[in-house]
Amino acid sequence: MTVTNVDNLDRTSALVKHDVGGRTPAPIRFLKRIPVLIVIGVLLIIEIYPLFWMFINSLKSNTDFLNNPSWALPEVWEWGNYVSAWVTGNLATTITNSIIATVPSLALIVILGVAGGFALEVMVFKGRGGILLLILAGIMIPVQMILLPLFTIFFNLNITGSLLPLIIIYTGHGLPLTIFMMATYFRAIPREVFEAATIDGSTMLRSFWYIGFPMVRNAVITVGLVQFFLIWNDLLIAITFASNRSLNTIQAGLLNFSGEYGATDYGPLFAAICITTGGILILYLFLNQQIMKGLTAGSVKG
Amino acid sequence: MKSVLGDRKTIAILLGPALLVYTLVILVPVVWSFGYTFFKGNALEGFEFNGINNFTRLFTDPDVQAALGFTVKYALLLTILQVVFGYGLALLYTFVLKKSSAIIRTLVFFPVVVPTVAIALLYQKLFQSAPKDGLVNELLVNVGLGSVDWLGSGTTAFIVIVIMDVWRSMGFYGVLLYTGLLDIPEDIIESARIDGARGFSLFKNIVLPMSLPILYSSIIFSINGTIKVFDSVFALTGGGPGNETTPLTLYMYRTAFAFSDYGYGSTIALVLSIMCLIVTALIFRGARRDNTI
Repeated sequence: MTVTNVDNLDRTSALVKHDVGGRTPAPIRFLKRIPVLIVIGVLLIIEIYPLFWMFINSLKSNTDFLNNPSWALPEVWEWGNYVSAWVTGNLATTITNSIIATVPSLALIVILGVAGGFALEVMVFKGRGGILLLILAGIMIPVQMILLPLFTIFFNLNITGSLLPLIIIYTGHGLPLTIFMMATYFRAIPREVFEAATIDGSTMLRSFWYIGFPMVRNAVITVGLVQFFLIWNDLLIAITFASNRSLNTIQAGLLNFSGEYGATDYGPLFAAICITTGGILILYLFLNQQIMKGLTAGSVKG
Repeated sequence: MKSVLGDRKTIAILLGPALLVYTLVILVPVVWSFGYTFFKGNALEGFEFNGINNFTRLFTDPDVQAALGFTVKYALLLTILQVVFGYGLALLYTFVLKKSSAIIRTLVFFPVVVPTVAIALLYQKLFQSAPKDGLVNELLVNVGLGSVDWLGSGTTAFIVIVIMDVWRSMGFYGVLLYTGLLDIPEDIIESARIDGARGFSLFKNIVLPMSLPILYSSIIFSINGTIKVFDSVFALTGGGPGNETTPLTLYMYRTAFAFSDYGYGSTIALVLSIMCLIVTALIFRGARRDNTI
């Protein structure tokens, strides 16, 4: 580890090594790194170890779990826990339900939201500001405020026995933030682009589909990811509108599974949590940068 | 050109469907829910007019006061902890780890995307005391302290909720504030260093003042999220023991679905909405100040 001028110029030296100016011999430099390494080590143990702990416990038999320290590795690796979690936890059904509820909502949110954001930002018309404000208001409304009327409506429409209520609510609830985020992304595209297309004989609808949409493709992925996590991890709407066992989404199903078997079947419960977490982990491995960017961008704007 | 950009048919095609769905799913129910506050009853049995009884009940209901107290206590404490820990992480990423922070950022962020229910169930097991101690109690016993029935009393259950929510959200605030710190122009920090600012004085005089806008938005965003807390409490404690860890959201849910009183439930929802409205008003004031909207 050699000390270079570049290294000395960065902010680290200004903040951390304030007591030593200029060049520091390598061994001392290493000693100075130790507190930092400890901080990072503790941080990673706190954030990641519980997930690992959950995984090793998902492989223990009940007697193993009850008689040995919980941090110990399993005596016998009970992969069968995953099978019983899958079967007794009804995971196939709950995951299917979650997918059935999420995919159409996501598609609708993206299509309607991008079109709406485009209209509000690129098109020129009276009342634009008012509509944008109205949509902003929708971002802050707590779900509790729309829950009961919607329940009454769906009950009277007699569709409470399906996943349709979830799709409708997820779509409506996801739209305000999506429209708002898309409007800010379209703001970055110069209007001249669309004006030029018009001069070339394109209608605005064509311009939207062939120019606007492709230009914000990355933003669409970002917005889509934000909405995916909001919908996939939702609990409140799912337990209100899909309380029927056969309609349970993965979150509601996991909670019910824990209520019924969690106090006796430790291994399978841990296994069920691991399966739920594992699916998300795979997605996260591939898309972590976009996920981090998207979720934080959504918050600043929302 | 104006006429093309202002073409009514195009606007209707693009904005119409979104606006229709938004109106039917959000706007109409909000007004409808407001109407419910003057009624008693539910979807299955019908409604009857109740005058302003729901509101008089609201002001004398000890359960509402308890739930409101919990919500405020939780929101304030969690906001402070989330932002402080997040800011600490952001400083670590920006000034200590620098370019090598990507992997740490990614790892610490992961709990943010894990489903809340999964995390709550994991925490139930981590803080378990019967039939067998969980990891936390095992540690306490090993260092000579006794095991604690964490979810058995309101105070300790509250502590577990707070620890859990800080644990799962600090990576998020770390990244959020990190992007804010990256926006501080390099040359300002450089010139402060040339003027002799080091370590804490550089932090106090340059970095902290320059990150105040993003800290402000983080605080507001955090309050906005924490006063709506539902999933994590519902899955971890179910509001218990008794109703000692019941926030307004959960009390509203119970009133509506366990006690089938949509009118009073809507009244509580209205209180919650007003709280959100106040916070949103603060967002706008803040945004206008730093011209972000």
